[in-house]
Amino acid sequence: MVDSGPELVELSQAMQPAGADPAALLHARFAGLAVSHNRILRSRGADGLRIEGEETPTGAKARITVAPGVQLPGPIHLCFGVLPKEGVQEILSEFDIGDGARVSFLAHCSFPNAERVRHLMQARIRVGKGAQMEYAETHYHGPQGGVEVLPVAHITVEEGGLYRSTFKLIEGAAGVVRLDYTAELAEDAVCELDAKVYGKAHDSIVVKETILLNGANARGLAKTRIVASERCVSEVIGEVVGNAPFARGHVDCIEILTGPEARASAVPKLQVNDQRAKLTHEAAIGSMDKKQIETLTARGLSEAEAVDVVVRGMLR
Amino acid sequence: MLQLHGIELSAGGKAILHGVNLQVREAEIHSVLGANGTGKSTLAAVIMGLSGYRPTAGRILFRGEDITDLPVWERARRGITLAWQEPARFEGLTVAEYLDLARRHSGNGEPSPAECLRKVGLLPERYLRRAVDSTLSGGERRRVELASVLAMKPRLAILDEPDSGIDPLAIENIVDVIRTLSRNGAAVLLITHHEHVAAVADRASSLCGGTILKTGDPAAIARFYRNHCLECLHVNEPKVEEVVGG
Repeated sequence: MVDSGPELVELSQAMQPAGADPAALLHARFAGLAVSHNRILRSRGADGLRIEGEETPTGAKARITVAPGVQLPGPIHLCFGVLPKEGVQEILSEFDIGDGARVSFLAHCSFPNAERVRHLMQARIRVGKGAQMEYAETHYHGPQGGVEVLPVAHITVEEGGLYRSTFKLIEGAAGVVRLDYTAELAEDAVCELDAKVYGKAHDSIVVKETILLNGANARGLAKTRIVASERCVSEVIGEVVGNAPFARGHVDCIEILTGPEARASAVPKLQVNDQRAKLTHEAAIGSMDKKQIETLTARGLSEAEAVDVVVRGMLR
Repeated sequence: MLQLHGIELSAGGKAILHGVNLQVREAEIHSVLGANGTGKSTLAAVIMGLSGYRPTAGRILFRGEDITDLPVWERARRGITLAWQEPARFEGLTVAEYLDLARRHSGNGEPSPAECLRKVGLLPERYLRRAVDSTLSGGERRRVELASVLAMKPRLAILDEPDSGIDPLAIENIVDVIRTLSRNGAAVLLITHHEHVAAVADRASSLCGGTILKTGDPAAIARFYRNHCLECLHVNEPKVEEVVGG
């Protein structure tokens, strides 16, 4: 276990806007990993959970292993941040979730002062047979929009396994986001990829989610919710490939424009290579739903309040 | 309380409402009967001030004030609200939050969201944390909508077919909600096809071909509706004298 007093306190405070509880990060029984720029400030495993971290010149490498059959009671915390205005943080991670294990991660990424910060995340994730992994990642990028976030993940879900992830970037200005997740599913495996981003100012957002349903009865959902305001440009590419009998996949995308100069596009791609597979998609892009706004204004909310309620709900 | 004077509305060159005159009194339950396509929902939208439903002629007075040009939210803050026949769905918004929004401008006092749900026959412990999204059935969503109207404590509640798609056993809940609104001092403009529900009204009006043909005792209006309007082929092309004369 590594522990760096004042730096850790500073990082824990910076995680608060990203939804983290600073006390959890500072708690003696904290299980997880905290990296500030390229310094590992905390790294602590638990029974059945092994976390190996290694600092690199530009970030950190982490290998996280959950032993087969282990069911971890609480979430494992992962905190990544760059506190100065400038810097690069590159996180290379490997997750290995043993057969039958169950684990959930709460990841918080905070760049509160960023003017020129790059955050690169490359993850390889294996969810073993019958195992379950949930991964919820929340970002806070400060008001300047000076962050480039490039999360790339390759996920393998083995027979009967389940992987569910949420990527959320709602507070502060998003900056540049290039999210690229690919999941490969074996027989009876389940995968849900969910991304929610609130784009403002000149933010540029690309979300690419790909699910390969390689095993019989595999099920996948690629879901995206983006609100683009001001001059934000967003693009969603949702791809599902049905390669096996009775595989079921769905792409679900909503992009709402709330600024006259905002732009959005969606590219759903469905490919079926087995006649017994079935894939579907739905996408709604453009203005706010008039009926939603009128319903709320008929209860006395102003139009601005109604828009805020709809947006906050959708991105929750 | 509510007065409509000579309301005209056209869409796509076609008259939807014309010459609508209607008065709803304080705390009165006033039902509007009419066949499909006669303009009942349009009338509700005009009173609420929804976009695309601005009358081309006529005035709407509410408690003596001309509200014809007011936006929806200003009408709502004066105490007017509408329960849609097909209410909107909201991703990520719980029933509790939805009901609280309705209470935002009514003092947040009684009734509580839980009480409002009980009144419409939904168990609070099962529904308060549910999302107001597509996981609710049509009937459940309509009942949540009525609970939201109760939570707002309006002066005028426009209920657009609140019984549509509701389990027959739950119709009594709807009738009870309408009576509760009235007991609390609200006028209710009730749009329905269901005669059992319409029977709770103090007065009723028959809407045919975009105009009010008759106003009076609910039982008499129901008979008039059955005899003259159910089979009426004058949808949006009324020949009032023919219908009234018959």
